[in-house]
Amino acid sequence: MTAPLLQVDDLHVRFPISGGGLLGKGRRTLHAVNGISFELAKGECLSIVGESGCGKSTTALSILGLQEPTEGMIRYRGQPLAGPGAPQRMDRAKAVQMVFQDPYASLNPRQSVRTSLAAPLRLHGITAASEIEGRIEAMLKNVGLTPEQAKRYPHEFSGGQRQRIGIARALILEPEIVVLDEPVSALDVSIRAQIINLLLDLQEKLGLSYLMISHDLSVVEHMSDRVLVMYFGEVVEEGGWREIFEVPTHPYTRRLIAAIPDPDAALNPAERQASDATVPQLAGRSFVSDGSTAPDVFTAPVRSELIEIGGNHRVRMALA
Amino acid sequence: MRLGFNFWLGATLTALVIFAGVLAHWIAPFDPVLDADLMNSELPPDATFWFGTDGQGRDVYTRILYGAQISLTVGIVSQVINSIIGVTLGMTAGYWGGWWDDLVNGLTNVMLAIPSLIFALAVMAVLGPGLPSLLIALGLTNWSWTCRIARSSTLSLKSQGYVQAAQTLGYGDLRIMFTQILPNMMGPILVMATLGMGSAVLSEAALSFLGLGIQPPFPSWGSMLTDARQLIQLAPWAALFPGLAIFLSVLGFNLLGDGLRDSLDPHMRTRKP
Amino acid sequence: MTAPLLDIKNLQLGVSLGRSSYHPLLKGVSFQIMPGEAYGLVGESGSGKSVTSLAVMGLLKRPLAVTSGEILFKGQNLLALPKREMRRLRGNRIAMIFQEPMTALNPLSTVGRQIAEMFVLHQGKSWAEAEKLAVEALGNVRVPNPDRRARNYPHQMSGGLRQRVMIAMALACSPDLLIADEPTTALDVTVQAEVLRLIKELCAARGTAVLFISHDLGVIASICQRVGVMYSGCLVEENETRALFESPRHEYTRGLLGALPRLGSRSEHGRQRLVDIDSIIADRSRLTESRFIAPREREGSQP
Repeated sequence: MTAPLLQVDDLHVRFPISGGGLLGKGRRTLHAVNGISFELAKGECLSIVGESGCGKSTTALSILGLQEPTEGMIRYRGQPLAGPGAPQRMDRAKAVQMVFQDPYASLNPRQSVRTSLAAPLRLHGITAASEIEGRIEAMLKNVGLTPEQAKRYPHEFSGGQRQRIGIARALILEPEIVVLDEPVSALDVSIRAQIINLLLDLQEKLGLSYLMISHDLSVVEHMSDRVLVMYFGEVVEEGGWREIFEVPTHPYTRRLIAAIPDPDAALNPAERQASDATVPQLAGRSFVSDGSTAPDVFTAPVRSELIEIGGNHRVRMALA
Repeated sequence: MRLGFNFWLGATLTALVIFAGVLAHWIAPFDPVLDADLMNSELPPDATFWFGTDGQGRDVYTRILYGAQISLTVGIVSQVINSIIGVTLGMTAGYWGGWWDDLVNGLTNVMLAIPSLIFALAVMAVLGPGLPSLLIALGLTNWSWTCRIARSSTLSLKSQGYVQAAQTLGYGDLRIMFTQILPNMMGPILVMATLGMGSAVLSEAALSFLGLGIQPPFPSWGSMLTDARQLIQLAPWAALFPGLAIFLSVLGFNLLGDGLRDSLDPHMRTRKP
Repeated sequence: MTAPLLDIKNLQLGVSLGRSSYHPLLKGVSFQIMPGEAYGLVGESGSGKSVTSLAVMGLLKRPLAVTSGEILFKGQNLLALPKREMRRLRGNRIAMIFQEPMTALNPLSTVGRQIAEMFVLHQGKSWAEAEKLAVEALGNVRVPNPDRRARNYPHQMSGGLRQRVMIAMALACSPDLLIADEPTTALDVTVQAEVLRLIKELCAARGTAVLFISHDLGVIASICQRVGVMYSGCLVEENETRALFESPRHEYTRGLLGALPRLGSRSEHGRQRLVDIDSIIADRSRLTESRFIAPREREGSQP
């Protein structure tokens, strides 16, 4: 069995928040991420879902090196990606890149498309003009833009096109892992489909591994191989897409899925009721929370553990 | 860019000042220092002396033209120094935060609390009078607002996606600051600089008036005012024209700055039908 | 046949380009909302759906202006009403809730006071009475501890709670029509579900008609009985919700529905490539040439 591309081991991220007291009194600690562990295999799309404040963005930032983990290990191909022994930012840049959520804020308005794509190449030692041009051309074609458009500036493009440029920028250094942060939430419905198709095509063509952060469960179901459901800094359920969407077990996962405004579900409520009934029984164990009351983010969470309930499926429950 | 009336009026006035200063040597009818004939002193404006003469018999018009050189130099150089200091401190403070930010903020607060003219006076007292000291003094005095603006612009730009993207792509901090952040805050900085030019001219006038700036007999509008103090009743034009020149040039710079600010405002720029 | 509550007739609206030339934003939109009905307006950015709601509320500001058409509310043309009359209707008979509750609520005034204002302004109640009614209103929108919450400021509440406050304010005077412009887009999924359920129940209970504007087809499907699809300033299709989703007739509607990843479809059919709307629509500029407006079923013939 090949080693996973990315390994996250017991990741904790805590932020000190000053309470406003004069001498730093009232200092509290915000527990943003509380012990997340997961693996990403080559060519896989793993989605992290959850609502605001669950820690999914912080997790992504830690993997990108934009947020220092408080505890825990992140490994890329067996080598540490953060903390002691971490590679320089230049090497990390060739391993993991990110596609941002807001196509209107993720491109430097003062740089043409060509500059935005050429500068990172030059920074990483590729100086031959012909090679730079070649790679830019190839990448633009990959994302569905024409080489003539390289000289234009971001404000001359639509939201969907800007997102394509953002994807081109993320891929120009040929990373293996791409973090997709809500890649289509800010786009119109019809454009979303195009970008989702593009991302899936590129994944196949370039052998990319995706770590997708999203709150849009329909998109998650469509694109992911595996799903992690996060709630206030912890993974409450993880499994393959089938397990999560066909047999959601944790009460929070079930609430999330039930809340999705899906046209079929809205027009055929009877069918959805049926699936609610199939709650697997779990040998007398109970859930720590049902996902309806928010825990205190300033205290460490109650101890609990993830237990296997199927081949590829784990759920967080209270300690026996 | 939509350039309104303000901008064009300001640009015209500024252009006049530049025109006067740059071409003074060629268009001035007399020499500003040497053509001083006491027989001609305190003459009212006429065909020969368009703005009249001052107490030393020098042509006021000529001295106004040459004085423009001083005003322009002071305005531009002092603002360049201001901007460099302000942007460097503000941008790094905003980007790095932490103790450096606290330090810069403290320094900015101190500078804002000291009346700028007093501070300039103090610097001049140490450096001695004259144009170079004036430029240094004014350059060291008014960088605080630019610093504030640079800092707050940096704070808001820091969270833009493309800055995070640059970090992910392997850019170092300094490279990010100078290639991603600085170009995107040039608008407000430029506006501050143009407005600062007006204020620099006024400071120069005040310092020269107090005898600490440009030393006689070289003409600067401020020192012309000093000289004309005693002549207010006898030869009011000797004070009127330098005063008018100061007024119009400061007005011009301010309007230019306002006009630039309006046209660079992203809200107005991206308004599309 | 009951008379429609809101009857928009051939509304045309544009951005003034100076000298009475306009860039059109709405190119002749017509639809009706019956009393008590939930009507959804769906479309992407630039379709003109938000600007339609602003026109109904009389909130269009220069350079936007109506160039032709009528907006009849209970038979009265709102476009011909003097400002004072329009103000009496706004908040009282026609209310609106927006996407961003933080900017729609006054940050300097307590939530209770803002709701109470509605009663004082439109129903002439005294402040004391109004504040009691405000607490009641908060209870109606299921805000826990309403008497305590009434004393909160907007920034002390979460997005979901603030949206409930907006709903309470909007429904305070039991308006005939509630216009909801993307009210849940900025909210988390579970909070969105609760807020939608709330809107649905409260409006059904009071017989309030709803004009629900959204780009999210799923949300529209869960609230509305009738749906209008807008594209580039025109209403290109209108039908009962079920009929629209199950048998869309306009190319654009079909493209839109095909572009949505549907829950459960991957389990049943495997991963289907999402429809690229540009590949099925031959020419976008001709999309507005055809319109499919399904007539309403006559009363008494409902299935």
